[in-house]
Amino acid sequence: MFRITVMSETRKLLGEAAERLFEKHCGARAMRAADGGEIPQALWRALAEAGYPAALVPESAGGPGLETGDALSLLLGAGRHALPAPLAETMLAGWLLSAAGLALPGAGPLAVAPVREGEALAASRAGAGWRLQGRATRVPWASQAEAIVVAADCEGRNLVALVRPGDCRIERGANVAGESRDDVDFEGVRCVNAGFAAHDAAALRSMGAVMRSAQIAGAMQRVLELSVQYAGERVQFGRPIGRFQAVQQSLAVLAGQAAAAAAAAEAGIEAAARDLASPTVAVAKIRAGEAAGIGAAIAHQVHGAIGFTQEHRLHYWTRRLWSWRDEFGNEARWAARLGGRIAAAGADRLWQGITAAG
Amino acid sequence: MGGAKGLRFDPPSHFPEGERLRAEVRAFLAEHLPRRALTEGIGSWGGHDREFSRKMGARGWIGMTWPKRYGGHERSALERYVVLEEMLAAGAPVSGHWIADRQSGPLILRVGTEAQKRHYLPRIAAGELSFCIGMSEPDSGSDLASARTRAAAVAGGYRVNGTKLWTSNAHRADCMILLARTGEAGEQRHGGLTQFLVDLKATPGISIRPVHNLAGEHHFNEVVFQDALLPAASVLGAVGDGWDQVTGELAFERSGPERFLSSFALLVELTRALGREPSERARIALGRIVAHIVTLRRLSRSVAGMLQTGANPAQQAALVKDLGTALEQEIPEIARQLLDEEPDRAAARDFARVLAHTMMNAPSFTLRGGTREILRGMIARGLGLR
Ligand SMILES: Cc1cc2nc3c(=O)[nH]c(=O)nc-3n(C[C@H](O)[C@H](O)[C@H](O)COP(=O)(O)OP(=O)(O)OC[C@H]3O[C@@H](n4cnc5c(N)ncnc54)[C@H](O)[C@@H]3O)c2cc1C
Repeated sequence: MFRITVMSETRKLLGEAAERLFEKHCGARAMRAADGGEIPQALWRALAEAGYPAALVPESAGGPGLETGDALSLLLGAGRHALPAPLAETMLAGWLLSAAGLALPGAGPLAVAPVREGEALAASRAGAGWRLQGRATRVPWASQAEAIVVAADCEGRNLVALVRPGDCRIERGANVAGESRDDVDFEGVRCVNAGFAAHDAAALRSMGAVMRSAQIAGAMQRVLELSVQYAGERVQFGRPIGRFQAVQQSLAVLAGQAAAAAAAAEAGIEAAARDLASPTVAVAKIRAGEAAGIGAAIAHQVHGAIGFTQEHRLHYWTRRLWSWRDEFGNEARWAARLGGRIAAAGADRLWQGITAAG
Repeated sequence: MGGAKGLRFDPPSHFPEGERLRAEVRAFLAEHLPRRALTEGIGSWGGHDREFSRKMGARGWIGMTWPKRYGGHERSALERYVVLEEMLAAGAPVSGHWIADRQSGPLILRVGTEAQKRHYLPRIAAGELSFCIGMSEPDSGSDLASARTRAAAVAGGYRVNGTKLWTSNAHRADCMILLARTGEAGEQRHGGLTQFLVDLKATPGISIRPVHNLAGEHHFNEVVFQDALLPAASVLGAVGDGWDQVTGELAFERSGPERFLSSFALLVELTRALGREPSERARIALGRIVAHIVTLRRLSRSVAGMLQTGANPAQQAALVKDLGTALEQEIPEIARQLLDEEPDRAAARDFARVLAHTMMNAPSFTLRGGTREILRGMIARGLGLR
């Protein structure tokens, strides 16, 4: 369907291998079990064995040596399977850690903080190590992670630090997809390990936004597939509902949104591999986020009442779409930033800005 | 991959040469385009300026992808794309060669005789010959296969009777590619149609009447054929193949940058009028529109790349046009809510003038080149639903 065609052979092979793994471990039972917020053990073991959680860690630091774009493209497949595990977050944590010259603590899932704009963590020296100050809300998977990787400000420098969840006060929560989103109080928490890096919390959010865009694009593809398939199977008035023009027109709109989400995510992936400060990061999150809302609404309309139940699997994707579009900055946040850049550059540089954004 | 049939988009390829060309085009525009051009001819792919078309021809920017022996330049579809989008974004007066460059020329190249190619293509590429499209009729819009204009075989050629409607630029064009009935439709409804190359300036029996659009502009026309005689050599492609030829042509018509840049002039004037530090609401609106345009550009270049490889991405093109025209129509609706200024065609302020013009042209964006509903039907076919 709207497969993001891969440029490199590596990406193609990687995508196919990941597809087999996801297919195998995201069955109905795993999805149901994960809905309570638990990470399926067998799934995580398989991911770890494949090296995906460390996909953004360079080879020199013990990672699989993937290019950034190839690594991020794994998340398209993850989204398409509503992967019930913090693959994106662990990739993000690995990326931060290796930028600070730190090793991954183990093979378990990792969380990152802070993820919400306006929240900042500070670090200060405490003997030979560092202590943190501050709180972060809605931290993905904090309560279930082996470690939390934070981006903190340390006297004007960017510190990346590793903390143990057990050392923090964590209030468990969840997004509407049932994925764990926890409030974490880091006040006075000692870092297990830390190092300075070029990335700050804003860079973390940019990378996170590209990741969510990719997950959304993957989920949109699945939502389209499910809807087209259902429209071909569900019979009313003596024929499949997909034969009715009104339904066809809705599905055509859904297809357009899926294609736009895919193109935007792909642009974001390219940008993230090149320059995280690029306005294209905003493009990705804005466009994919908008597509998510429209796509979920159409998919539900086409599915009728059955799609509105827990008995049908559609909700695994639509609830994620509703969650992911708001995480790492919603459309409005990113659009305000992008629009501010456009306005500041002035009307006569508008077109140049667009062509430069790829 | 399971699921429904595919609509695949290949990612647009990167090509650094494109950026060199882009710089050349921008320099050319800076030299040859009067500053005020941007606020004129919006929605109709710029004004009509033969002199400008000839200058572009001289630069090698018309018929860019065609073989050199027919006056072309054997450049890539993506290089051509750079020229097109730069022209549109600058509001350049390109309508004198737009149709010929986009669809008439490629059609002649694909199905024309050697003599037709030698006769028409070099002139088009020089910016000297302009074309219009004679497909729609009073009773045949979306249902083009029902066209009734008849071309009856007579000694030495064809006698044409009937009426074409909505023919853009017929009053200025040198030639028309006419779709006419030469036989019965048959069971598939698509048979019996043939395309002809018509010399509008020198063929007796053709009368062209303006039809003013709601903005009062003379853009399209009614073209009446009364016993107009066309030589046998004017048949384009094979007799009876008109339907297939027309549908192939439409893939070229549907995916270009003109399908999301029709309101671009308004976006520029909106940005100017909002100033360098607009309200948060305005920034959000601007950022969103730009995100849409960047995404559409990728999809549109992707289709251009696929056309280049010889694929027929007709359904992808329909999808890009559907998304693009929706945005084009949304831009005036958003703009008018961000500035408290009434649309006025005679206003001194560029914003109010361009808003008036864009708003009044907006209904046509989702009609011309295939209506939104017809395009969505094509996408549904791509999804395997019909
Ligand atoms: C600015 C402009 C320039 C144009 N230039 C040219 C030109 O140069 N040459 C040329 O040949 N034509 C030209 N056209 C004509 C254009 O191609 C037609 O307007 C278009 O194909 C629609 O036909 P119609 O206007 O007769 O509408 P109709 O086909 O009568 O449609 C009216 C409404 O009914 C809907 N409808 C029709 N059939 C269906 C269906 N099967 N399912 C669902 N909905 C349906 C349509 O979507 C539309 O909303 C131009 C039109 C415009 C507006």
